[in-house]
Amino acid sequence: MPVQKLPLAKAINESLRTALDTDPKVLIMGEDVGKLGGVFRVTDGLQKDFGEERVIDTPLAESGIVGTAIGLALRGYRPVVEIQFDGFVFPAYDQIVTQLAKMHARSLGKIKMPVVIRIPYGGGIGAVEHHSESPEALFAHVAGLKIVSPSNSSDAYWMMQQAIQSDDPVIFFEPKRRYWDKSEVDTEAIPGPLHTARVVREGSDITLAAYGPMVKVCVEAAAAAAEEGKSLEVLDLRSMSPIDFDAIQTSVEKTRRLVVVHEAPVFYGSGAEIAARITERCFYHLEAPVLRVGGFHAPYPPARLEEEYLPGLDRVLDAVDRSLAY
Amino acid sequence: MTVESTAARKPRRSSTKRVSAKKPQRSEPELVQLLTPEGERVEHPDYSIDLTPDELLGLYRDMVLTRRFDAEATSLQRQGELGLWASLLGQEAAQIGSARALRDDDYVFPTYREHGVAWCRGVDPTNLLGMFRGVNHGGWDPSTNNFHLYTIVIGSQTLHATGYAMGVAKDGADSAVVAYFGDGASSQGDVAESFTFSAVYNAPVVFFCQNNQWAISEPTERQTRVPLYQRAQGFGFPGVRVDGNDVLACLAVTRDALERARRGEGPTLVEAFTYRMGAHTTSDDPTKYRADEEREAWEAKDPILRLRTYLEKEGFADAAFFDGLETESESLGRRVREAVRAMPDPDQMAIFENVYADGHALVDEERAQFAAYQASFAEEGK
Ligand SMILES: Cc1ncc(C[n+]2csc(CCOP(=O)(O)OP(=O)(O)O)c2C)c(N)n1
Repeated sequence: MPVQKLPLAKAINESLRTALDTDPKVLIMGEDVGKLGGVFRVTDGLQKDFGEERVIDTPLAESGIVGTAIGLALRGYRPVVEIQFDGFVFPAYDQIVTQLAKMHARSLGKIKMPVVIRIPYGGGIGAVEHHSESPEALFAHVAGLKIVSPSNSSDAYWMMQQAIQSDDPVIFFEPKRRYWDKSEVDTEAIPGPLHTARVVREGSDITLAAYGPMVKVCVEAAAAAAEEGKSLEVLDLRSMSPIDFDAIQTSVEKTRRLVVVHEAPVFYGSGAEIAARITERCFYHLEAPVLRVGGFHAPYPPARLEEEYLPGLDRVLDAVDRSLAY
Repeated sequence: MTVESTAARKPRRSSTKRVSAKKPQRSEPELVQLLTPEGERVEHPDYSIDLTPDELLGLYRDMVLTRRFDAEATSLQRQGELGLWASLLGQEAAQIGSARALRDDDYVFPTYREHGVAWCRGVDPTNLLGMFRGVNHGGWDPSTNNFHLYTIVIGSQTLHATGYAMGVAKDGADSAVVAYFGDGASSQGDVAESFTFSAVYNAPVVFFCQNNQWAISEPTERQTRVPLYQRAQGFGFPGVRVDGNDVLACLAVTRDALERARRGEGPTLVEAFTYRMGAHTTSDDPTKYRADEEREAWEAKDPILRLRTYLEKEGFADAAFFDGLETESESLGRRVREAVRAMPDPDQMAIFENVYADGHALVDEERAQFAAYQASFAEEGK
């Protein structure tokens, strides 16, 4: 059955299964990915079907996981590693930033690093400290890494396929609070390129650009705004490195206004990069400065405050109003 | 090594049905034990302990109240009052025994599961629940009881403990430091680095590893091929394995390691061989990876039961003691329950508090913007 309605987590599971099935060089590695199927069950059943040599429970050591994945890639494998939660990637940060990202350039293009690092990220699930972070900008700043994040099941399935096939290291940020959201996946569709943005909803008054967990919030905001007679266009960026600036430019030339929405802190975040580039590209089209909605320059708060911290419908609409007020 | 004929060998790599590497054949080294699972006192050539009946009753009381607190927290999580709970069920002896070996001026660096150690340090148990309820990221002042904040990132605190201990030594003080961590944590680079630093600088730190056999779904064999306590030798300090379900042995062995540290003889690794009887946390599902029989076998070694058997056999405790403790447990449970239910959500402006010690212009700006934004709803509501 090529078309199915699947939760996002299950779509990734299916995608990993397809990859394991079709390419004997693909390996899954990480803490608890085997019998338990990962703490979010994203790798559920894979070890049972593909064995412990292909779906590998690793020691509890993130630097070890990424460092050995680099070695396996050098040996011709295509490791897909799981970092259990966003806040636990930092023990591996050294390996990712100083080694993984630079191997291709250092070897003058001789070495390929087809490593995918899956990271469940973002908040909204009521977790304790270090389980709700959005560190994408910390990785996007590093040349040599590609950074993507799906917002729905179809993208989750296809972007994972494409990430695994990529010869560059891909950091695959999975919006953990959307893991259980169901949407349609066509496993026989022909997907668009991995790093292109997609118009999720057309509109004419203002462009909302988001990715991962915030796409849904923006779609809801657009629906709410429509009731007030405002027409919002919603762009799902899908990729944070590279960023599809052409798509944003096309939309902004139409709407003349842009609000970028992400969960990560605004300061030095991906919104800052987008605002700067779009201001350069679209200076004469813009009716208002590019506005950003995101997290504060403060540690991710305890769960009882995350509602306040995370951009919701109201904060997005507030930015829309501010933009329209110029 | 002889070369086997290729025909006899298993395929090295096949996509399905690969037989997993054999578990290491290791004879379990002798555990330091002073109280058997049957509640018999036994002697050990290197470690002895001589406690008064009152001290024994004190240890028993600590374990029972800690277990009661832990059970209460687990049920509060089930009732939706806590977002998560990491139970210590089964690890009471390891925690109480090691913590009761400490002096007030010693310093403790815990993980997220050291509720029994916190109890012994005099941290009010209700303070431990804030972070699990989601109202704060810590909730106590570490300097009050020399009990550091819980650390969730695996292994990080072992380096903090080492650095703290290096400071203690520089100050010429004779206190010691204990770093708690799990068998899973032993795989982290930070833990290896803390072993290196503490050995090189001869830091007065005791590494107390609670080997509860599991790191979420992964058994200890996924972290190490040699018994954990043997790791220490390679770094140049002693390691010892103690029966982690024997509160007396945990006390004696930790006391000895602390004294060694105080004498300026450097670090010790204590591996408390114990068992996590519950789930890893309330979000975990151990039925996916663990056999019931395993838990049953460990229930027979329950740290609380064995001390009770001993106390009763020796006539150190009568029915009145146990009844009194039961009443005390109930009232602790009630107090914890009420405290959690009464715990207010933090003010939303708390997001911007304490981000910097010196203040920061950007935080001030965002705080003001957020306050104005929130106030705009109040205006509209009028
Ligand atoms: C750096 C890091 N990686 C992963 C995790 C997720 N995680 C939390 S607890 C845990 C298992 C810890 O096992 P162990 O150290 O044996 O301690 P235990 O919980 O069994 O007491 C894991 C993988 C984490 N908290 N930090």
